[in-house]
Amino acid sequence: MIETRGIKKRFGSQQVLNGVDLRIEPGEAVAIIGRSGCGKSILLKHLIGLLSPDEGEVFINDRNIAHLTERELLGVRKEFGLLFQSAALFDSLTVHENVAFALRREGKLTAGEIDRRTEEALERVELPGTGSKRPAELSGGMRKRVGLARAIVYRPQIILYDEPTTGLDPVVSDSIDQLIRRLCEQLKATTIVVTHDMRSVRTVAKRVLMLHQGTIYTNSSVTDLFASTDPLIHHFVNGISTPRDILF
Amino acid sequence: MRDQITKRFLNGMDGLGQVAQLAGESIRSILARRWESSLVLYQLYFIGIKSLSVVLITGAFTGMVLAAQTYFQFHKVGMDTATLAVVSISMCSELGPVLSALMVAGRVGAAIAAELGTMKVTEQIDALRTLATHPVDYLVVPRLIATTVALPLLTVSSICVGIAAAYAVGVGLLGIDPAYAWHNMLHYTSVQDVGVGLIKSVIFGMIIALVGCYKGLNCPQGAEGVGKATTEAVVFASIAILISNFFLTLLLTRALTQK
Ligand SMILES: Nc1ncnc2c1ncn2[C@@H]1O[C@H](COP(=O)(O)OP(=O)(O)OP(=O)(O)O)[C@@H](O)[C@H]1O
Ligand SMILES: [Mg+2]
Repeated sequence: MIETRGIKKRFGSQQVLNGVDLRIEPGEAVAIIGRSGCGKSILLKHLIGLLSPDEGEVFINDRNIAHLTERELLGVRKEFGLLFQSAALFDSLTVHENVAFALRREGKLTAGEIDRRTEEALERVELPGTGSKRPAELSGGMRKRVGLARAIVYRPQIILYDEPTTGLDPVVSDSIDQLIRRLCEQLKATTIVVTHDMRSVRTVAKRVLMLHQGTIYTNSSVTDLFASTDPLIHHFVNGISTPRDILF
Repeated sequence: MRDQITKRFLNGMDGLGQVAQLAGESIRSILARRWESSLVLYQLYFIGIKSLSVVLITGAFTGMVLAAQTYFQFHKVGMDTATLAVVSISMCSELGPVLSALMVAGRVGAAIAAELGTMKVTEQIDALRTLATHPVDYLVVPRLIATTVALPLLTVSSICVGIAAAYAVGVGLLGIDPAYAWHNMLHYTSVQDVGVGLIKSVIFGMIIALVGCYKGLNCPQGAEGVGKATTEAVVFASIAILISNFFLTLLLTRALTQK
């Protein structure tokens, strides 16, 4: 279970998170939406302990991780997979080494088994046979998918996806959405997807949180979200800009 | 103005404290054996072998110029055969360690800061942490061990080449009596001089790696940030080497000669 209580985070003069409360049950699939720059990526990084809140608590399976040391957090993070918005591949390693990284560091499996799992993960993201390439030799969308393979290869119990389908063609986007859904259903993985893609929201999530001005603006089921008459939500899900937005 | 100076001083102290913390974390990691020898070997190759040529050239020419300059002065008072002794003592305890360390700071310290800084701004450090790997175990410790092992070895080779070059210049070019000069050199150069030089280079190695890693891991955002981190790593490491060298000379000569 993931729970946050009143987390606040400030960067300089900008109050990015201003009291975020959320609760996500094990095995649940939740989408987080919100305007660009509203703090979705920052929120995800708080859930996995990459950032610690100025105020407030983060509970992972009833353990407060907000003030753990980096070493203590390493154990907590083994439960997590995180797909970075920028993919964040290790550019000194090959694709294969990137994907195999966590398994090799853990050192529990044999080399053959690690290779097999790595290839399987690459196949799942539709990139078989690219193992020997370097991240610099890949397109943006391919990098994203390698990042995805790296996040799921060790079968974590909680998977956070930061814009998994941004920059992918519609066909691959759909197959990635299906993959996320399958992982959630088959591995019973708690799934949190940050996305701007309303089609992904429908495919992947059961529940949607909308972040606005540093707090959770709405917490509703997918059907309720699309039926909402709240102007902010309505404009967001249908991609309508108001004259005030155009000014910027 | 005064406020600014105070602020700069406090910032500097803060930085020192954080480097010390990084050192503490690294030592804990080393003792708990949370590092991989393959990574250390790779860094050793990169840091050691690839710095060898720069360090040797520095050593050779320093030895040569030192021999020439010493000879010109000593010749006036008829002490030609003491030339090599002066070269050897200053190479072993001062010039060898300091100049090698400065060259390695420029080459390795900069490379470490640039690499880690780039990893930081492209979120690769965060990715490491996500994959349950402590950046100190995976990045800092291999570089720290490798630099600390490589620098004394580089320094020794630099000293040897420097003395050989001085011998060649002194005997071949300036016509010093080889047997007497060699004898004097061995007679006046003590084990302490060599010991002081080696201990210094171990400490300089740690300084280079720790400052490079610290600057890289705390790199400001953007390409400009990486550039800044890299220059600062070289400048701070060089200054730290020069300052600590003075105190090490005082401390070590006292400690080693009293026994
Ligand atoms: N390291 C940082 N230093 C200062 N401000 C930051 C930093 N990281 C993020 N911010 C600010 O925090 C805000 C939220 O950033 P975040 O990356 O979470 O946005 P986002 O909701 O993920 O947007 P997008 O949909 O475009 O990815 C931004 O306005 C950004 O300016
Ligand atoms: Mg984002």
